[in-house]
Amino acid sequence: MTATERERVAAPHPTDFLNVDALLSDEERLVRDTVRAFVRKRVLPNVARWFEEGILPLELSRELGELGLLGMHLEGYGCPGASAVAYGLACMELEAGDTGVRSFASVQGSLAMFAIHHWGSEEQKREWLPRMARGEAIGCFGLTEADFGSNPAGMRTSARRDGDDWVLNGTKMWITNGGIADVAVVWARSDDGIRGFVVPTATKGFSTAKIEHKLSLRASVTSELLLSDCRLPGSAVFPEVRGLRGPLACLSEARYGIVWGVMGSARACYEAALDYAKHRVQFDRPIAGYQLTQEKLVNMLLELNKGTLLALHIGRMKDEGRAHPAHVSFGKLNNVREALAIAREARTILGANGVTLEYPVIRHMNNLESVLTYEGTSEVHTLILGQSITGLAAFS
Amino acid sequence: MKIVVTVKLVPDANTEKRIDPATKRLVRAGVETVLNPFDEYAIEAALQLKERLAAAPGSAEPATVTVFSMAPESAREVLRKALAMGADDAVLLCDAGLQGSDVWATAYAVAAALKKVGFDLVVTGGLADDGNTGGVPGALAEYLGVPGLTNARAIEVADGKLKVQRETDTGYQVVTGPMPALVSVTMAIGEPRYASLKGIMGAKKKTITTISLAELGLDRAVGSDGAKTEVRELAAPPVRGKGRVVEASDGAQGAQVIFDYLKEKKLV
Ligand SMILES: Cc1cc2nc3c(=O)[nH]c(=O)nc-3n(C[C@H](O)[C@H](O)[C@H](O)COP(=O)(O)OP(=O)(O)OC[C@H]3O[C@@H](n4cnc5c(N)ncnc54)[C@H](O)[C@@H]3O)c2cc1C
Ligand SMILES: Cc1cc2nc3c(=O)[nH]c(=O)nc-3n(C[C@H](O)[C@H](O)[C@H](O)COP(=O)(O)OP(=O)(O)OC[C@H]3O[C@@H](n4cnc5c(N)ncnc54)[C@H](O)[C@@H]3O)c2cc1C
Repeated sequence: MTATERERVAAPHPTDFLNVDALLSDEERLVRDTVRAFVRKRVLPNVARWFEEGILPLELSRELGELGLLGMHLEGYGCPGASAVAYGLACMELEAGDTGVRSFASVQGSLAMFAIHHWGSEEQKREWLPRMARGEAIGCFGLTEADFGSNPAGMRTSARRDGDDWVLNGTKMWITNGGIADVAVVWARSDDGIRGFVVPTATKGFSTAKIEHKLSLRASVTSELLLSDCRLPGSAVFPEVRGLRGPLACLSEARYGIVWGVMGSARACYEAALDYAKHRVQFDRPIAGYQLTQEKLVNMLLELNKGTLLALHIGRMKDEGRAHPAHVSFGKLNNVREALAIAREARTILGANGVTLEYPVIRHMNNLESVLTYEGTSEVHTLILGQSITGLAAFS
Repeated sequence: MKIVVTVKLVPDANTEKRIDPATKRLVRAGVETVLNPFDEYAIEAALQLKERLAAAPGSAEPATVTVFSMAPESAREVLRKALAMGADDAVLLCDAGLQGSDVWATAYAVAAALKKVGFDLVVTGGLADDGNTGGVPGALAEYLGVPGLTNARAIEVADGKLKVQRETDTGYQVVTGPMPALVSVTMAIGEPRYASLKGIMGAKKKTITTISLAELGLDRAVGSDGAKTEVRELAAPPVRGKGRVVEASDGAQGAQVIFDYLKEKKLV
């Protein structure tokens, strides 16, 4: 590099070091800036209290709907039909606020709405999607059961045909948005394999119980779904799809959002740590001036930028129709792992302040523990990738 | 009715800024450019007015909102945001010869451009976040030859007449005037809306027209050649001293200490 080149090239940004920004279109940047502004104003000033009190204000649903962020990558039925990259950027900004807010949007858009959009009948789509896009109706997605997490194929929840009706029995566990949902997408075992059902939560025989005492994802409602002789009309079932293919298609969508989302958490932690390190003075010097702290910050910077590039790369592949579910597993495994490492490293830089809700770091760190587990644990994604490269399944 | 909102593009207040000591201008490289925050209120005011006029019974032809900026070509991206919020189209006055314009030169050139664009109502922000003079709206009204109604907290249009609530330190005045006219707004007009995703995706299809100085055929020089002012010297604001922390055994005692202090300074 010549001296003039060095002068001409702007110094790298301390967060977006690789200038990933320049790889985005005007429209993508505008999506990002809009969601960032919303989060700055609506989420950041309140989220520590939401987390502490274990609540997520319901009105957020309509606000996210007005912005067009619910089911934003779906086409038609009141959904804007944005690109995968734009959707990813929105996830990143929402999660830079809090994983609970991003999870709300993910479950609504990528699990519940996507399931109805992808597998639903015309009638189901017309009934639910426009209201869900506006945030007037909240959805949840019931796959996991207490005894069947990583292995949903073993699920016990059953669907029995009775004349034209279906009768559902069983219990779903760990269901995000469960207790606040107007509609639940429930997967159940039938004579004809696993089927999906669109269950209005007002249906007789459907109830929920709140899961308390979480120390992670506190600004998010997690519930048990109880189905006790829950009778549904024949029109409630997804007409075509049978088997695990149904729920897995949805999970791949939501996982994709996580690849971006967790880089939002990581960015929030890194920026908090960098700022803190520059201002915190010990032994008469800002701690950012010590080599050990610099090494921590630089390691965080490397993984944050690499992870963001990875998310963008997978996003572009998805927009071009070239992303395989294993690519998404690659992204989820790497980015959640690195985001968690960044959060933990950031926490050490903040010292005692790192354990309080005054700073965003421990909130993100604890949230990321849920993300490590849901939508396929890190072990499961490792096995998916292992199978992909060896051709040998090591699940069982 | 054609509403034109003038917007300035300013460096993001959240980034650190530097003034080039040689040119005495802001170093723009590496600093993100955003819509002047006060102008987002002006856009909001115009969109609200458009919506209210559309909802009014028996309204004639629908109102349109055009955003206008005098700025470099790179402003297009920022103008998209205004379009995404709901403006119908945008006009960019863009020419190397405009560099170094002061309030006078800005107002003179913008007035000529707005006459070309055409308008029934011009809505401006009260202040630019960078230049900070608040001088443009008044000068602009003068050069447009229309009434300038400043510091509006509410705007109403009825029977081709304009009625605004003009904010003062103690309350507001009700001011009326004929149209065409210029109104500058305050933040009390209402929180600017977010661009919705649909708005963002729709903004791509809206047009941004560029006009150059040559098209305006101005009879006087603008840019640094025409500027009537010159920035001679720049100094950083004095560093603020450390605040005083009141330590108190309880809230009431703490309040008393603060009250005594304010009283001593004759502030209460
Ligand atoms: C906050 C939160 C929200 C959630 N929201 C939803 C929701 O909305 N809808 C929904 O359906 N579910 C939801 N889940 C459930 C989540 O998807 C499951 O928790 C997850 O799939 C893991 O299942 P499990 O907890 O039963 O763990 P298990 O499957 O019991 O796993 C325990 C451990 O064993 C490991 N393990 C399992 N099998 C293997 C193997 N073959 N080889 C090696 N290791 C293995 C796992 O990786 C893990 O480390 C949520 C969970 C949480 C925490
Ligand atoms: C350090 C410094 C000191 C300066 N001092 C002076 C000075 O003393 N006298 C002087 O004449 N100039 C001065 N200038 C130049 C002045 O800031 C610019 O000329 C600017 O273009 C106009 O003034 P403003 O930014 O204060 O706008 P304001 O008058 O504060 O802006 C009010 C409103 O006018 C509209 N508007 C302003 N600019 C534009 C635009 N380019 N396009 C569309 N709408 C616009 C917007 O609606 C805005 O909300 C100075 C600049 C700098 C950097």
